[in-house]
Amino acid sequence: MNTEILNSVEALLFGSGRPMRLSEIKNTLENTGLVTELSEIKQAINNLEERYLNTSLEIQEVASGFRLQIKQKHSASLSILWNEKSPRVSKALMETISIIAYKQPVTRGDIEDIRGITVSTRIIRSLLERNWIKVSGNKDVPGRPALYVTTKDFLNDLNLKNISDLPELPEREEVEEKNLLTQAV
Amino acid sequence: MQNYNLAQLELPTVMGEQFKELPDDLFIPPNALEICLESFSGPLDLLLYLIRKENIDILELDVSNITDQYLEYIELMDSLKFELAADYLVMAATLAEIKSRLMLPKESFDDEEEDPRASLIKRLQEYKRFKTISEKIAILPRVDRDFFIASAKAPKFEEPYNSEVIISKEELFSVISEVINRPNYKSSHLIDFEELSTKERIQILLDLLKKTNIISFSKTLKQPEGKKGVVVTLLASLELAKDGYIELIQNKSEELFIKSIRSI
Repeated sequence: MNTEILNSVEALLFGSGRPMRLSEIKNTLENTGLVTELSEIKQAINNLEERYLNTSLEIQEVASGFRLQIKQKHSASLSILWNEKSPRVSKALMETISIIAYKQPVTRGDIEDIRGITVSTRIIRSLLERNWIKVSGNKDVPGRPALYVTTKDFLNDLNLKNISDLPELPEREEVEEKNLLTQAV
Repeated sequence: MQNYNLAQLELPTVMGEQFKELPDDLFIPPNALEICLESFSGPLDLLLYLIRKENIDILELDVSNITDQYLEYIELMDSLKFELAADYLVMAATLAEIKSRLMLPKESFDDEEEDPRASLIKRLQEYKRFKTISEKIAILPRVDRDFFIASAKAPKFEEPYNSEVIISKEELFSVISEVINRPNYKSSHLIDFEELSTKERIQILLDLLKKTNIISFSKTLKQPEGKKGVVVTLLASLELAKDGYIELIQNKSEELFIKSIRSI
């Protein structure tokens, strides 16, 4: 393996601080005069993963590409260093994002039907600001409510590659009406 | 019926001392304390909590019991001045309706009619699916909380600051003199308004009319006052005419005459 490519890929991942696609890495390297193939870059990433085995770093593939991360076991010390906690996420917000993730595209009304409570503007705004959701269009019903879908950033932030990598939604339990009636009184 | 178990309550520790007994003056009912400590994301969440606490399956939902507990909670929240979303009250009404329908004798159920609880149970089950999954997603590793991105900090691309700027004394002099001679845009301008008072003009007109019984409007005007003078004079004359001191006469000619009424 060409160490030049290897180190260049490493430099890009380290410097960008965000996920990069193989094609973006390839194009950036080409601009510096380093012509490579996508397969070579993939190979470089595999080699880097090997190189990092005994270090604090790791490469994670997420929805928007490959990203250089600090292994999770070192998070505690970093949290102390930065002395900052990421903003707490409320139960209501997690429920809302979950409904959007599994039922997308959904309107606010769809979310309210499941949660049984008005979805506050604050929650929607917070999700939009986090860039976890976006408006994909408007539903063709009176009022033309906005339809929400999850974004790549949502998956990136959870270390996921695809929406299907989310945990499986529990099965719907079937209600037998007759059974119910006998128990009713 | 409501088996609140005090032993399950976690007693708080205050200033290193654990409270063994609940203080007498605590106005929150002890069985409610536990509930208060939880925060619910909605009425369905609260209902699920009450059902779980009874250790029963959703399908065995005892609406009567749950309704009582639910209303107790709502009243408690109200007494604590918690602002409850209207949705909680809607749920209370729904529960009360189901409860009342269940109290009707069984025969009164139409064969076609479904269990009054069915729709509520379906909603609870559907909500529970998403509540469960949201709890799973909440504990997935999350960026900046559970793991961090490795990155070299992007440099601050500032303008290079050159401390060794060489400047000649001529250049310095020209800059200084330019700054000194810069027009002072900051000085404030005071605009004087020429005050023409209608009151004063009325007095002038009255004085004029003392000397002569009738006077043409144009003769009362003063050249330097311009348009404003005309306006003020006209206002003054109209004021006097209204109060019946003068009469304004305009014949076929363009000229307006002011005639005193009193002196006639």
